[in-house]
Amino acid sequence: MVNTDQKIQIQNLTVTYAGVPALKNANFFVQENEILGIIGPANSGKTTFLRTLNRLNDLDPRYQYSGEVLIDQKDIYRKWNVFELRKKVGMVFALPSPLPISIFENLAYGPRRDGISNRKRLEEIVEQSLKAAFLWDEAKDRLQESAMKLSGGQQQRLCIARTLALEPEVILFDEPCSGLDPISTAKIEDAMRELKKKYTLILVTNNTKQAARVSDRVAFFLMGELVEIDQAQKIFTIPKDKRTEGYISGRYG
Amino acid sequence: MKLGNAKLEEKVVFFFLFLSTLMIVVPVVLVIAVIISRGSSVLNWEFLTAMPRSGMRAGGIFPAIVGTFYLVAGTLIFALPIGIFSAIYLSEYSKRNLLTRIIELAIVNLAGVPSVVYGLFGLGLFVVFLKFGASILAGSLTLAVMVLPVIITASREALQSVPKTFREVSYSLGATKWQTIRHAVLPHALPGILTGAILSLSRAAGETAPILFTVAAFYLPRLPKSVFDQAMALPYHLYVLSTQVPNVRLELQYGTALVLVGLIVGANLIAVVIRSYFRAKKQW
Repeated sequence: MVNTDQKIQIQNLTVTYAGVPALKNANFFVQENEILGIIGPANSGKTTFLRTLNRLNDLDPRYQYSGEVLIDQKDIYRKWNVFELRKKVGMVFALPSPLPISIFENLAYGPRRDGISNRKRLEEIVEQSLKAAFLWDEAKDRLQESAMKLSGGQQQRLCIARTLALEPEVILFDEPCSGLDPISTAKIEDAMRELKKKYTLILVTNNTKQAARVSDRVAFFLMGELVEIDQAQKIFTIPKDKRTEGYISGRYG
Repeated sequence: MKLGNAKLEEKVVFFFLFLSTLMIVVPVVLVIAVIISRGSSVLNWEFLTAMPRSGMRAGGIFPAIVGTFYLVAGTLIFALPIGIFSAIYLSEYSKRNLLTRIIELAIVNLAGVPSVVYGLFGLGLFVVFLKFGASILAGSLTLAVMVLPVIITASREALQSVPKTFREVSYSLGATKWQTIRHAVLPHALPGILTGAILSLSRAAGETAPILFTVAAFYLPRLPKSVFDQAMALPYHLYVLSTQVPNVRLELQYGTALVLVGLIVGANLIAVVIRSYFRAKKQW
């Protein structure tokens, strides 16, 4: 059954690090243009799952997987070129991670590595991405300044813009607001709501309230196991599983 | 009563720790003071730019300065690329296996080899076997082999001090491995690499033993014309003045030492400036 609404399909995905399971036999899908929230306590496999999607886990020699992950119906390990995959599947890390170069060069990093060197074209990309990440007004006059001079929240939006500069289709957020104040967090969340019109978003968060605020659907992971995945409203009001209920009502984690 | 003892103990400990630290400064200051006080009287434009005359008992040390400069430049040309490339290989590409461990062991041991052994090695390999003769080429290569482990170690440390996040960010933006190293790692490791390189070159400039058999000319009052020429060099010239030539004015020896120390201190100062400049700029 080919369902074209399903941007990402995860089939029997098991992940181990040096033999220790981090993700056990997960089966679910991510819909196009939705925000899928992933919640769960520490060591439940959330970040592992994200880093499998853009194959950043490949960098860890202890990493092994079995099962299949399909993006656009194509197996990410067998059918996708890993560098193309990472351009299509952008990632925003937990801590703001600008490179210690200018704002402009941070945004141009991906396109430049992709072979774009035309200054005008780069300037267009930088402007578009900054606008899409709601940072243009704050950054347009200081593009040549070091990105390290931005505030934490601005840096995180810069990282979103940097991802957008590659025109991805999926964006992975790995606890993007864990180091931010509430106002910066609200700005990131606004940006995400706007971005889902064009992109498919996956948000890993330790903050269940945040998951409730922005997600369309929510998946609950526990000890590497996908316990439950459903509409956000259902997860937070009438969860099917006792463990889900326990977590969202604050009994663990 | 007890408190009083503790206070006394504190003072005694402080005194001895401070004294030990002071001991480091004393020889440095003394050496420099002696060299300056005895050598500065001969230091003038002629001493720096003229050829030696009357069996090195008069005139200047120009060819020795030039020779040392050529040797350092040659060492840089050979050692820096190889050192940086192998550091990149070891830090970014090599897997933790037996071969890597053997290479690491080799580097550590290479760094511990006495410099006179390098001289002998250079004589055997570059001068005799490869038929370069006693030449700037042979001397530079010998010095390059000597400083390689230092450059590799410093470069590796510089590369490894670049945060892992930079690499992950680069990969997550679709960069290849080489692109990541070239654009996200190397630029941020470069200050550390340069500092290490300058320090090792200043060591190369001051070494006598490795150039003894491979390049150094006893007395050659002209400038070398090609890389296959012999050349005078400051450390060897100093050795010659001090032990091989009778009736040399002491001031000439100290003047030569002053120029050598001045060059090395100058190079080290540049390294310190580079390091502090980039440390102030570094924001991670």
